[in-house]
Amino acid sequence: MKPFTYLIPKTLDEAISLFESHEGRSAYIAGGTDVLIKIKERKLLPDYLISLKHILGPDRPLLNADTKELYISAFITHRTLERSTLIQRTYPILHDAVKNIGSVQIRNTATIGGNLVNAVPSADGAIPLIALDASVNIYGTKGMRSIDLIHFFLGPGQSVLEKGEILTEIVVPPLLPRTGGAYIKFGRRKAMELPLLGVGMLLSLDEDLATCVKARIGLGVAAPTPIRAFSAERFLKGREVNEQTLTEAGQIAADEARVRDSIRGVAWYRRELVGVLVKRMGFTCLQRAGLKHGDSEDV
Amino acid sequence: MSRQISFDLNGNETSLEIEDHWTLLYLLREKLGLTGTKEGCGSGECGACTVIVDGAAINTCLYLAVEVEGKTVLTIEGLASPNGDLHPMQKSFIENGGIQCGYCSPGMILSATALLEENAAPDDDEIKHAIAGNICRCTGYVQIIDAIKRTSQPETEKVKVVAWQSDTGNK
Ligand SMILES: Cc1cc2nc3c(=O)[nH]c(=O)nc-3n(C[C@H](O)[C@H](O)[C@H](O)COP(=O)(O)OP(=O)(O)OC[C@H]3O[C@@H](n4cnc5c(N)ncnc54)[C@H](O)[C@@H]3O)c2cc1C
Ligand code: FES
Ligand code: FES
Repeated sequence: MKPFTYLIPKTLDEAISLFESHEGRSAYIAGGTDVLIKIKERKLLPDYLISLKHILGPDRPLLNADTKELYISAFITHRTLERSTLIQRTYPILHDAVKNIGSVQIRNTATIGGNLVNAVPSADGAIPLIALDASVNIYGTKGMRSIDLIHFFLGPGQSVLEKGEILTEIVVPPLLPRTGGAYIKFGRRKAMELPLLGVGMLLSLDEDLATCVKARIGLGVAAPTPIRAFSAERFLKGREVNEQTLTEAGQIAADEARVRDSIRGVAWYRRELVGVLVKRMGFTCLQRAGLKHGDSEDV
Repeated sequence: MSRQISFDLNGNETSLEIEDHWTLLYLLREKLGLTGTKEGCGSGECGACTVIVDGAAINTCLYLAVEVEGKTVLTIEGLASPNGDLHPMQKSFIENGGIQCGYCSPGMILSATALLEENAAPDDDEIKHAIAGNICRCTGYVQIIDAIKRTSQPETEKVKVVAWQSDTGNK
């Protein structure tokens, strides 16, 4: 690797001022699972790498007992999320996703913030968080700002982050009662592979445990950025969730997807898959919404 | 930039000068001569370079040496006891045919060891989940999973044999 100087700030302000004083020659690094590969491939040649791993902050996801908002520091690893009982019990949609990112070794170092900032269309961490209506807090020289995650992504590898800005935290609003969520990364194998398609779905049910009061469908690899299937969500709202409505919602979502041919799969197959997986995730949501905490069985 | 770092390497307090851009893999193999840790892909895909840092399995090819400051590093060289007795996981890999060419073995054994530290009696799926980042080109994994299972539950050998018979019976 080309030599660089590794800087270890302890606060956000320190990190930003280091970035500014080496403007144009520096890059942030968290887990490094993307950055170090880019440096090895000489696609990125920074003179200074500024580590975000040592910035003091919560080392696990926290649920605010009053507001019921979930706070996830951007700097915690996928493995921490995978092993969190809070995530396993209450946010199985996120657990489904993080437990299959890369391998144990990757998850022990790679961070959720790095996954979002990377902004690849397949980001496994992003899709469930979009379905959960998450927002992200961003810190820069002008202070802190917050933006809905769905508006964070601009294109492949591009986000709204301005030079030097740091994604600090992910905030998930309170879940409605009787909510079930599920995520599936579809590929030839579960581990160590970028998905052919990722589908994250969240359904909140009425007291009858059948009528949908809120639906969220996040799709990965279905467009240049992670997207939501808005029309399919609108279709489900107010309807009974069953075989027929889920099939129809799947078809609507498939029409909304802007899938392409790629080395991993062709567009028509991906489109069919959207329909099949939206339906399948819908059933898992239905089942989990009826359970007290949701659960963590395989999907 | 060069700097001094201190860390626990296989039980020995180690202090030395490194360069910021060195990976832990480079430090271990090229500077410390600990060639048990292998390089396969160099990009996080194969797991041949796995070691355990503060209890967690990581890929040394994507881990900077500066990051081990103050931490505890266990490589395959540190797994056997100082008198040379192999670790039960190493013995089990040998006894159950979990090693052929051996290139994946150091990483595989360390991933398996990290798993048992967390979960003393993993089932097949948990074992597969834990070693999904370690590629083996030789064994076909069956013997490896077997070896890990027998380290964790040595008394269940008979159960396994029965399972084999019914498997072949179904074909
Ligand atoms: C073998 C392998 C398998 C993988 N499998 C998957 C997979 O299954 N699913 C998946 O989604 N991804 C996968 N990835 C991609 C990658 O591991 C993840 O996206 C990971 O979450 C990135 O996090 P990181 O902390 O390692 O990021 P880093 O490499 O440290 O950083 C990534 C980018 O984000 C910037 N950055 C990081 N954190 C912040 C922050 N808080 N604020 C501002 N900028 C920041 C960095 O400057 C850099 O540009 C895989 C990677 C490898 C090598
Ligand atoms: S050499 Fe590190 S994972 Fe392959
Ligand atoms: S024994 Fe040869 S690669 Fe696993």
